[in-house]
Amino acid sequence: MNAKKTAGWLVPSLYILFLMLPIYWLINMSFKTTNEILGSFTLYPQEFTLDNYITIFTDPTWYMGYVNSIAYVTLNTAISVAVALPAAYAFSRYRFIGDKHLFFWLLTNRMAPPAVFALPFFQLYSAVGLFDTHIAVALAHTLFNIPLAVWILEGFMSGVPRELDETAYVDGHSFWSFFGKIFIPTIAAGIGVACFFCFMFSWVELLLAKTLTAVEAKPIAATMTKTASSSGYELGLLAAAGTLTIIPGAFVIYFVRNYIAKGFALGRV
Amino acid sequence: MNKLQNNKAWLFVLPVFALVAFNAIIPLMTVVNYSVQETFGNNEFFWAGVIWFQDILQSERFHASLGRQAIFTASILAIEMPLGVAIALTMPRKGPWVSVCLVLMALPLLIPWNVVGAMWNIFALPDIGFLGHMLNAIGFDFNFTRQPGDAWFTLILMDVWHWTSLVVLLAYAGLSSIPDAYYQAAKIDGAGSWAIFRYIQLPKLSRVLTIAFLLRFMDSFMIYTEPFVLTGGGPGNSTTLLSIDLVKIALGQFDLGPAAAMSLIYFLIILLLSWVFYTVMTRNEEQ
Repeated sequence: MNAKKTAGWLVPSLYILFLMLPIYWLINMSFKTTNEILGSFTLYPQEFTLDNYITIFTDPTWYMGYVNSIAYVTLNTAISVAVALPAAYAFSRYRFIGDKHLFFWLLTNRMAPPAVFALPFFQLYSAVGLFDTHIAVALAHTLFNIPLAVWILEGFMSGVPRELDETAYVDGHSFWSFFGKIFIPTIAAGIGVACFFCFMFSWVELLLAKTLTAVEAKPIAATMTKTASSSGYELGLLAAAGTLTIIPGAFVIYFVRNYIAKGFALGRV
Repeated sequence: MNKLQNNKAWLFVLPVFALVAFNAIIPLMTVVNYSVQETFGNNEFFWAGVIWFQDILQSERFHASLGRQAIFTASILAIEMPLGVAIALTMPRKGPWVSVCLVLMALPLLIPWNVVGAMWNIFALPDIGFLGHMLNAIGFDFNFTRQPGDAWFTLILMDVWHWTSLVVLLAYAGLSSIPDAYYQAAKIDGAGSWAIFRYIQLPKLSRVLTIAFLLRFMDSFMIYTEPFVLTGGGPGNSTTLLSIDLVKIALGQFDLGPAAAMSLIYFLIILLLSWVFYTVMTRNEEQ
């Protein structure tokens, strides 16, 4: 029993240590000067500097990258969840012509490699005049986020008995008043989880975001790759920019921490 | 739940259908269009039939990338699935540490993929990276930018770092849903921990593990950004996975026909394998 108890904290602790090491190394580098990074191997910054962060916060080509990323991610989350809500309700409550085929077709879009769609997306969004706008990236990311949001919300909604709907109608609620005032608050956790996932997959995706933008809507991740290729020696700056991309994610996880396990099971446990 | 028949429900689905159709059908038709045509520039296109498909299916380059892709996906599934379940089994079920564990474990999942690649690049550099430096210090000749074996080791370790948590979180969610009564019954019957795992926990986990397996299969088969930033497909072509090869052909060489044919074959492989895995896994569940 004792050995088992030891394993109980040892295994997760070792795993978390393994997860944190590369993150620590990134943060460590972000506080070093370029000289120190290239000159020696040090476990913590010997000449502690904030220069890398100051550069990022004072140079618009850097900080606008964050603004752009946040803009299209927020837009994408709002669009995906807004259109997925009624659709998920339809899938969880009604049978209709082609429902199963439609659901399966939606999910197949989750299986489409972004590399396949990069070039056609570029042509499509150029043709409709949306190239290099936030809305283009937000719409492109709905390709995989809407199916996911529908899938998650449908899972949560199917856990709510239909008696709730029927009681509300008997009480004299119209459909929209029931949907807005009763149903949405009931599945608030599910909506939170769906938002979390849309945020996550839009935030981490780069290939499409980079293909669909040039200057005005360029995401932070693309700003980073340009710096990395043109001046590979600015590792400190790259590390600082990378560290800053972790913060929004950490912030969002904190909000859904109580639902995260259920959320990752897509509401199906 | 028994559902009502109501075709007006289509109205609710219409916005989703319109958006996804705009994003999926138009680009897909573009790809199909390119895949059957030949161009010599000037926006002139000629009917080419199925020659691009034949070319790709017979091309050694495609076979090589597909082979590397298969090895990569099989390796990470073989490591991440059992490791994820093992970690979920040892995690605390109650108390203040649960949230801490979950938040820390979910962190890698929310880091942009190119940052994951860049982070591991810095981490594994043989001179100034922690991993590379330590491996060399204890006597390994480690250099992932020069030696294909080391590049593969770093690539797989990076993916394990990045995605094992997804399996952990799914398995943990499955384990939390097992009522205490099951464990009490097992205790009365005198079941050991292996028996509890084999006959109580594993069957209860089958649904979430199916989701985990399918998500990991699809995403690892589509992986692009992380290996591109980490190794750029090198050294040589040793870590050129399918997506990297496809982007090289489509955006690098602008060979639209072959790239489009490869895209369709690639997409079909994922669809077909996902369907096969799903069918096999859920059939076992029903028995």
